[in-house]
Amino acid sequence: MNQPLPSKRQETWRYSDLDALATVWPSGVVSETVDVPAGKTTSLTLLPTGDPVSVHDYRVTVGKGGRFEFHTLNTAATYGRIALDVTLHDGAHFELGGAQLGANKETLEIVTTVRHAEPNGTSNQVVRSVVAKQAVASCLAKVIVEKHAQKTDAEQSVKAMLLDRTATANSKPELEIHADDVKCAHGATVGELDKTQYFYLTSRGLPPADAKRLMLQAFIADAFVGVSDDAARETLEAAAITALEALT
Amino acid sequence: MALLEIKDLHATVGDKEILKGLSLDVGAGEVHAIMGPNGSGKSTLGYVMSGREGYAATSGSIRFDGKDLLDMEPHERAAAGLFLGLQYPVEIPGVSNLNFVRSALNAQRRTRGEDEVSAADFMRSAREEAAAFDMTMDHMKRGVNVGFSGGEKKRNEMVQMALLQPKFAVLDETDSGLDIDALKTVAAGINRLRAPDRSFLLITHYQRLLDYVKPDCVHVLAGGRIVRSGGPELAHELEREGYGDIAT
Repeated sequence: MNQPLPSKRQETWRYSDLDALATVWPSGVVSETVDVPAGKTTSLTLLPTGDPVSVHDYRVTVGKGGRFEFHTLNTAATYGRIALDVTLHDGAHFELGGAQLGANKETLEIVTTVRHAEPNGTSNQVVRSVVAKQAVASCLAKVIVEKHAQKTDAEQSVKAMLLDRTATANSKPELEIHADDVKCAHGATVGELDKTQYFYLTSRGLPPADAKRLMLQAFIADAFVGVSDDAARETLEAAAITALEALT
Repeated sequence: MALLEIKDLHATVGDKEILKGLSLDVGAGEVHAIMGPNGSGKSTLGYVMSGREGYAATSGSIRFDGKDLLDMEPHERAAAGLFLGLQYPVEIPGVSNLNFVRSALNAQRRTRGEDEVSAADFMRSAREEAAAFDMTMDHMKRGVNVGFSGGEKKRNEMVQMALLQPKFAVLDETDSGLDIDALKTVAAGINRLRAPDRSFLLITHYQRLLDYVKPDCVHVLAGGRIVRSGGPELAHELEREGYGDIAT
């Protein structure tokens, strides 16, 4: 690979930590092509690699009636990026569940482009981010519905929780719809821990850190609900709980 | 020495002084009721006792079981044996009721230097107490108060109280919003939990609850102070004549 380093003028790299990226570009960038054959299901779970800079890039094609499920926990110490470019054929489904947890100065991002190229495709994207101190979590999620892709049903739910006022969350759901008989729902929120819930939990005896952890666990749980394999879900949840320790 | 001793307590919410020199003693094993017009400071008293953020005691003291209550964090107050049943119990989606109460109970026990309860013992008690307050195990497994009716939320507070076994329970309008059957269920639960080493402070608008749970003392709170105290007959007098003369 002899590609030039991306720049912030490109929308999909707008919030990225390009200095960190330069240290691994391009040889440390994991690019993967996934072809899900018609009628088949492929499930991938991506856990943190432990590297301070971790960049993953997937190009996915899902054949007619196929299904691609992707679940991830994004927690690199410096820079973690997970990018997915997914093309869905007739009646195909894409399921994304991602949690990003930044405790210090991490830059974390999930960037997706989901192309509904043919009719009857469905997609469901759930991303939950929790950031403290100077951490930055971004989610850019673009859904494109092409001209003939009628009966597309695309959903995006992107939520972020700021534990400190110095942390940053960027949520940018984007829709580009060229068909006229489609359902596309998107929601994006950025919030803080609910003080009333927190009081309720602590007033019953939970120490502050335990109360926060319980609330954050509940917040990110949405991202892992769709994991069909119990063992995979437990692994993700256990990794998330460990990562939450650093946040509470 | 009384289990609870409040002396000349002043407290503010925001810039506003709500409690203006409140004094109250409650002995071990006693049931006291606090009645009073809207805005007299009844709920504020409960929140100041449990240490809710934004409810600041500016002078005076609260001694609980020989300790300075105002010097403790909310979770430490719970571990010391204080329970506040909320007028409006909080919904916490994603945090299971059972998991929450068990975590809270074990956190209290750890703080007190006691062994944790085993999962099996806890489940047995949870089943018994849920049944005692006409709740199902489905309610116990759901998110805390999520999808509960008003009455179910109040009964859930009672189940939690029964499982946490506090020394002192402040029940803030637990009777409001209950139909007559639920009121009797709640009252029976309180009566069952009455013990020589457990006290109750019932905050209520109506004498109705006090027909079923006979208090040792009734106090009238008005303008941030206890303006009158008496026996159970005082509740009947208030019901008959209103707060008009007393509260001025």
